[in-house]
Amino acid sequence: MSAVAAENEHTHDHDDHGPAKGIMRWIVTTNHKDIGTMYLIFALIMFFVGGTMALIIRAELFEPGMQFVDPQFFNSMTTMHALVMVFGAVMPAFVGFANWMIPMMIGAPDMALPRMNNMSFWMLVAGILLIASTLFMEGGAPAAGWTFYPPLVLQTGNALPFAVFAVHLLGISSIMGAINIIATILNMRAPKMTLMKMPLFVWTWLITAFLLIAIMPVFAGAVTMLLTDRFFDTSFFDAAGGGDPVLYQHIFWFFGHPEVYVMILPTFGLASTIIPVFARKPLFGYSSMVYATGAIAFLSFIVWAHHMFTVGMPISGELYFMYATMLIAIPTGVKVFNWTATMWKGAMTFETPMLFAIAFVVLFTMGGFTGLMMAIAPVDFQYHDTYFIVAHFHYTLVPASVFILMAGGYFWLPKWVGNMYDEKLARLHFWLSAISVNILFFPQHFLGLAGMPRRIPDYAVQFSDWNMISSIGAFIFGFSQLMFVYIVIKTVRGKDCEKATDEVWEDAHKHGLEWTLPSPVPYHTFATPPEKIPTEHL
Amino acid sequence: MSDNISEKNKRLVRKLVIVVLLMFGFGYALVPLYDVFCDITGINGKTNETAENEIAYEIDKRREITVEFMTALNESAPILFKSELKKIKVYPGQYYTVNFYAENKTDKPMVARAIPSISPGLAAEYFIKTECFCFSEQTFKANEGKTMPVRFVIDPKLPDKYKTITLAYTFFDNTEKSVKK
Repeated sequence: MSAVAAENEHTHDHDDHGPAKGIMRWIVTTNHKDIGTMYLIFALIMFFVGGTMALIIRAELFEPGMQFVDPQFFNSMTTMHALVMVFGAVMPAFVGFANWMIPMMIGAPDMALPRMNNMSFWMLVAGILLIASTLFMEGGAPAAGWTFYPPLVLQTGNALPFAVFAVHLLGISSIMGAINIIATILNMRAPKMTLMKMPLFVWTWLITAFLLIAIMPVFAGAVTMLLTDRFFDTSFFDAAGGGDPVLYQHIFWFFGHPEVYVMILPTFGLASTIIPVFARKPLFGYSSMVYATGAIAFLSFIVWAHHMFTVGMPISGELYFMYATMLIAIPTGVKVFNWTATMWKGAMTFETPMLFAIAFVVLFTMGGFTGLMMAIAPVDFQYHDTYFIVAHFHYTLVPASVFILMAGGYFWLPKWVGNMYDEKLARLHFWLSAISVNILFFPQHFLGLAGMPRRIPDYAVQFSDWNMISSIGAFIFGFSQLMFVYIVIKTVRGKDCEKATDEVWEDAHKHGLEWTLPSPVPYHTFATPPEKIPTEHL
Repeated sequence: MSDNISEKNKRLVRKLVIVVLLMFGFGYALVPLYDVFCDITGINGKTNETAENEIAYEIDKRREITVEFMTALNESAPILFKSELKKIKVYPGQYYTVNFYAENKTDKPMVARAIPSISPGLAAEYFIKTECFCFSEQTFKANEGKTMPVRFVIDPKLPDKYKTITLAYTFFDNTEKSVKK
């Protein structure tokens, strides 16, 4: 009986299924749009959690001397801020966009493995809760830096095993997400969507997913070695037992360098998707963009020791890693050139997503250049572990990855919910962010060049002025981000909002399949693959 | 979703899971690979870990090499540890014996291990020890102090560019670990 009933159920057209009602919809959902939404909301919450930690750091550094927190807690904050932002905010946000957009961009009904998709989200939540729980433990949260260098990290209190298992969970979650994305892209494309017609966001995610499955297991192995060194008397990194702490740094950065590209490659893809729409031109150099992404991904595996110039490498090693690192500037330069060339003589308009994207191109280039400065081995000896490196990687992460995430939010939100966001408020959000982010991070270059070390709660008085300015920028930047939350909630509610048209942005349907769908997008899309695919982005 | 695609997905997932497992293994494989790599290239500043036989070299009196001695303690181990000499000028090919002194500052027996390191790292293979307290774990009775000799020679094949070699020892308190064993 029931089998027959189930059979009947299945012959229905899937399009008229709405989402299930109540909280269970979210807990057991296998719909890529629901899961994407959950990833994005989770990432946004973590962005504020990590941001709060950053503000604690900046409040302490507002003036020299000890003000609010003790040094141990300060170090916990720098460590947890990094872990939360990397594994809780930026990576999940891109996975959220991948979930929402990849099936819609390639004309697939859903992700290839919907149940695994649900599981990877909830494992992410579990992992982050586990690492957050260490804040309340004896001995405090991990405080040895997000890089977990031994022997220092082995002095962590009860938090160490929790941090290690959290990394395992987060690793499994990202690996499952990555496998899902690869399977979706390789097997679920609409028949006419050949690989070299895919939007660049899809391309960059495909390559990123391969990076993830190659590196996350290595990181899981490295932290497992830390765990056994601490509790089971192995000596992987313990010199007394024949191990070597420098070995950890090699394994970590074999993971760590590709990891930073995991956060930037989807950024490139999103920028390449947004800029052509508002420049009203096809993307300049589509295939060179694809190859440049591949080249960056490949190079990311062979440059790791530029994070370790000061450990005492022989000169030949320093030279190799220096030149290999500088090589990355070439494919990256190709990308920046292509974005600029896409805008060249375009009929540009400056809606908020485009503003964020342009700011990304400019500010990411600055972050890239300081990276190039640090690639020079002899110069790195001065910059190493100073605020210069802090300024460098924040320029490549905040006004690059985070700005592009904001751009993506404004870009697709009207399509998702069917309402236009408040353009005036959004522009205010942009200008506040763009100005304050520079007040926040630009002075840190000067501090670093003047010799202020990173990860310290107190500093010499000659660093006072720039620290104060940086902290002021931090508070303006942090609180401006609350505007984003307000704008999103207002748009979702839809009161006093314009309705979004189906194509949302002028002629956007020429640029991607997602714009051929109605706004708001139905719960199920592309049950049958689309016949025609847009080719304007080629 | 047609069965065809779900079959394709399964096959792909299986392959990717194998990649993941291999990469996990690769992380562990980096440990021996690192040792082998450092061994072949000699870039890690590690010296011989067991005693070499004393063979006679031709003494090179044309140049003198300064050998500096440094002592350090891991995690403030409760040991008094010093070198009798701060530095010594030596001829390559000639054997020298220098003394180090270590004292257990606790009221309990102690097992400790000294780990040597040479810098510049590439000079390590020319620094040969025939006798060293670092070849094995040292046991100390409560409050015991010991004078421990190191006998070494610098291989005359040492390239001319090295004028100073630093030998650094770090003492690790291994008492807890050896109790567990």
